[in-house]
Amino acid sequence: MNFPIYMDYHATTPMDPRVLEAMMPFLTNKFGNAASRNHAFGWEAEEAVELARKQIADLIGATPKEIVFTSGATESNNLAIKGVAEMYAERGNHIITAATEHKATLDTCKRLEKHGCRITYLPVLASGLIDLDMLKEAITDKTILISIMYANNEIGVVQQVREIGKIAKERGVLFHTDAVQAVGKIPVNVIADNVDLLSLSGHKLYGPKGVGALYVRRKSPRVQLTAQMDGGGHERGMRSGTLNVPGIVGLGKACELCRQEMDSEAKRLGALRDKLRAKLEAELDETYVNGSMESRLPHNLNISFAYVEGESLLMGINDVAVSSGSACTSATLEPSYVLKALGAGDDLAHSSIRFGLGRFTTEEEVDYVAAKVIDVVKKLRELSPLYEMFKEGVDLSKVQWTAH
Amino acid sequence: MAYSNKVLDHYNHPRNVGSMDKSDPNVGTGMVGAPECGDVMKLQVKVNPETGIIEDAKFKTFGCGSAIASSSLATEMLKGKTVDEALAIKNTEIVNELALPPVKIHCSVLAEDAIKAAISDYKKKTGAEVPAATASH
Repeated sequence: MNFPIYMDYHATTPMDPRVLEAMMPFLTNKFGNAASRNHAFGWEAEEAVELARKQIADLIGATPKEIVFTSGATESNNLAIKGVAEMYAERGNHIITAATEHKATLDTCKRLEKHGCRITYLPVLASGLIDLDMLKEAITDKTILISIMYANNEIGVVQQVREIGKIAKERGVLFHTDAVQAVGKIPVNVIADNVDLLSLSGHKLYGPKGVGALYVRRKSPRVQLTAQMDGGGHERGMRSGTLNVPGIVGLGKACELCRQEMDSEAKRLGALRDKLRAKLEAELDETYVNGSMESRLPHNLNISFAYVEGESLLMGINDVAVSSGSACTSATLEPSYVLKALGAGDDLAHSSIRFGLGRFTTEEEVDYVAAKVIDVVKKLRELSPLYEMFKEGVDLSKVQWTAH
Repeated sequence: MAYSNKVLDHYNHPRNVGSMDKSDPNVGTGMVGAPECGDVMKLQVKVNPETGIIEDAKFKTFGCGSAIASSSLATEMLKGKTVDEALAIKNTEIVNELALPPVKIHCSVLAEDAIKAAISDYKKKTGAEVPAATASH
């Protein structure tokens, strides 16, 4: 085993060596600008870009012309949401999203609010799923866009995207999904899912950082966007800027590999994740999985170890790279807003750990991590006044705490 | 976040972990913080009623590594001090000793609050009659 063990695949993924291999020529001798129409350097680059466009489209059931390259999913989300808000401003100004979205979506919406848009932030159920009836009720004749993520980056909960897409289509509202965590991990199909706009990112699926894409539907309906960056009119006028050819080649290759290996990978990781969970729950009482276990990415486990604070747990397992929803690990001093939205209580949010398994995770690593976490949680519970009180039968919700 | 060696030392080898009998008249118990804030410290002192000197101190803490280290250090500082000397402990001493970064200063404040709460509990038990601080130097 190599240390530290990486189990934070929702944050980023290492690049697959086959992706790097595909990119290398475009970082060296094949350096042409894909927009150069007059010589072989440009043609070569353009050809590589078009191949990548097809590889990405094939993974999500789109056509190559519907793929717009960006710098990553943050830009894709910005372009989709702001681009729609601006383009369809005459039709309406209402956008529906959810409380558990990524900041790239939430903060984009907040900015639009300042410019006269009305935003509905749907709450989520304890499972992490949005309530479809609530979504239906939120739609008005001013609604132009629904933006709901495919799978959540913290709790891995997969939304009922197909149903959301159906509702959007029936009501004539565009549907954008931030599918960064889902694409390449579980089957995603923009036709079957009724998706109009979809964001994806290279570095979450074993491709390079700094490159992503936005799927923009071209047929029924033909979605139009107002460009958010002015310049040479690249990418059908939707995203100006010289194309990041090596990055795009890598993203394409990464998508191709995911398409070929996704099924077996999901099965393998699902089994490892379930093993991890079973081991933890067998040895530790008072552990709670955050969000639905049924509608969840196969490689995600977000679990709270009650009466143990997340950062202190991370400190104890410092040869394992995972992340926590605890405030102490972040600069904001606020625990994870995603976990808070589930209504589990701030105390459980402070006690949460996110395990993200991936392509290079081994069973040996899972066994090691499980044993280490069990050991440290037990040690910290020996130190925890809350665990002591719990064992004495004290109802912690009735205690008068001296919040500071 | 990088931790100072002293924080790591207290985290890996916490001093004086445990609980004393809350109903013992010579034991003062302080519990500060709240689970939803991410840290709760329980600090206990055992005072010799004859001398007014803290003979033992114990802690249990739910919180980040810096909170654990702050309370662990606090128990070390308390032992051998008189009650009034204990009340004079400032959070800045903990900050300096553990080299806490600005975002972790609240951990030291919580430890100071825990000390004060424990002493106050002891004083309440003894009817606020605390033996005068016997000058030790």
